Amino acid sequence: MVVATGKSILNGIAIGKIKIYKAPVYDINMNQIEDVEAEVARFDAAIEKAIKQQGILYEKAKKDAGEESAGIFEAHQLMLEDEDLQDAAKEIITSQKRSAEYATKTAFDEYAQMFAEMDDPYMKARSADLLDVETDVLDFLMGNDTSSMQGTEPSILVAEDLAPSETVKLDKSLLLGMITREGSSNSHTAILARSMNLPSLIQCKDIDDSWDGKMAILDGYNSCVYIEPTDDLMQSLSAKHAEDVKKLALLQELKGKPSVTLDGTSVHVYANIGGPSDLGSVNENDAEGVGLFRSEFVYLNSKEEPTEEQQFTAYKRVVETLAPKLVIIRTCDIGADKTIDYMHLDKEENPALGFRAIRICLTRKEFFKKQLRALLRASAFGNMGIMFPMIISKWELMEAKALLEECKAELIKEGHKIGKYQLGIMIETPASVLVADDLAEEVDFFSLGTNDLTQYTCAIDRQNAKLERFSDTHHPAVLKAIQMTIDAGHRHNTWVGICGELGADPTLTETFLRMGIDELSVNAKSVLPLRKIIRSTDLSK
Amino acid sequence: MKEITFTVTDPLGIHARPAGILVKEAKKYASKITVWKGDKSCDMRKLLALMGMAVKQGDTINVQVEGDDEEACAAAIEKFLKENF
Repeated sequence: MVVATGKSILNGIAIGKIKIYKAPVYDINMNQIEDVEAEVARFDAAIEKAIKQQGILYEKAKKDAGEESAGIFEAHQLMLEDEDLQDAAKEIITSQKRSAEYATKTAFDEYAQMFAEMDDPYMKARSADLLDVETDVLDFLMGNDTSSMQGTEPSILVAEDLAPSETVKLDKSLLLGMITREGSSNSHTAILARSMNLPSLIQCKDIDDSWDGKMAILDGYNSCVYIEPTDDLMQSLSAKHAEDVKKLALLQELKGKPSVTLDGTSVHVYANIGGPSDLGSVNENDAEGVGLFRSEFVYLNSKEEPTEEQQFTAYKRVVETLAPKLVIIRTCDIGADKTIDYMHLDKEENPALGFRAIRICLTRKEFFKKQLRALLRASAFGNMGIMFPMIISKWELMEAKALLEECKAELIKEGHKIGKYQLGIMIETPASVLVADDLAEEVDFFSLGTNDLTQYTCAIDRQNAKLERFSDTHHPAVLKAIQMTIDAGHRHNTWVGICGELGADPTLTETFLRMGIDELSVNAKSVLPLRKIIRSTDLSK
Repeated sequence: MKEITFTVTDPLGIHARPAGILVKEAKKYASKITVWKGDKSCDMRKLLALMGMAVKQGDTINVQVEGDDEEACAAAIEKFLKENF
């Protein structure tokens, strides 16, 4: 048995024979050519075919792996259409009297080199794109046929590196997993592997031609591949593999199904997300909406305070992408523990009880209004909820609402469109639980932030290891606070959800359902497992 | 001539795919569109040159539009930059 390690792209196991994938050797004609015009025409024809090919690959990738992964082929088309690049190649043909193959290789390599030398890792990775389109042009010039390189039986493909056009051309029904010596987590091999759920290793330095045709197990959990594994290993990993397949099938089966208990009580299962990059995970995991979208990303990703326009663009993208699903955006929740230079916040002795979230926003009204205006403008593009954090008193809520109305009036006057939106608050302090009846009159929904609620109710810092013995995430006081909040909300037709970690705790799902919870917002990966629990719960017993 | 100054907020900067869409947008107009970053400049119609400028998050670029349809072109490019970068 041989064991080789690499960097794993996703947790999963592939079992099957290894197939070494080798790109054809390009024997470039170095001789001088006679008919320059004919050579330029050959080059033009190959470029045109390659551009068309990218269009076909775009459609194929879109079908196999979605719009996101397919986009690169659009960029490839534009690279091939680039005048500078074409001119550089044609210049070599005409002035040096070289073959179209030689000109293509020289001109494309030079541009690839330019990208390879850039210090930005994303741009660096783009040199592979140029080499990829170069290969396509060369294949057309030389009449290479690249189909048949995958063999005839499903296998784990091993290659030096796989270019995007290579990965897309692969017959997916013959593909169990992929292993490459090169590649980065930004590479297309990685993107494709993730979107197709294919266990894959990149940067596996020890790949060897002698593996060809041998039985192997790719263990994505442990980032390694076993060539000719022992029987014991084969047995245990086969069992794990079968379990994964079963679990995945079960969860896939739950997609599109409602989150409803056996006795017919339905509850919304939403996802918590932290930024636009998580948008894909919402639909992937079939979340019914977003129960908590942390707006902090707009503040943390910027060196200076983001403008209204920048915030509007970000929020609009989010609600527009997910429409008609509800997206609840929590207003700025930064504070003394999450410091941002341009906010100039003082260092505090006790940040958890300090100047944070709504307290900053109600003190720095112009700062807050920028966000409220951006949110209101974005509300026209989808189904939005606006949520204020850290409320303890009714006057805070009223003041925040007044600011919201003020912004609304301004925007209408300026001719902006404003959509319908829901308004809610986080319930994350014992104070807000105790005055929940008063608060419920003023909002459409409550969302229980159980992490802070537990910390403030029990006066326990969860980060402090010494307190572990005293800490109880299921403390009856917290559960009672949740029940009080739900009851208060329902007395005033205000729906109540949970967006803290407790919402994803499977041992409490039935308890929450019995309490009458309307919504559970959890990390995207927990959506389908939670739906499974809900669908097997019977509240009539 | 019209001028636009724009600071990139997209964490990836002007990267391959949106740069491609930007080039497509630029090709819709007759005006000459020049992108400046510091003392480097390029034609916005040229994808590789544009990518070669390695415009990152936080970078400020200056776009000069010159031609018969410069009004419409500058407005469209500015809107496009704001919405996508």
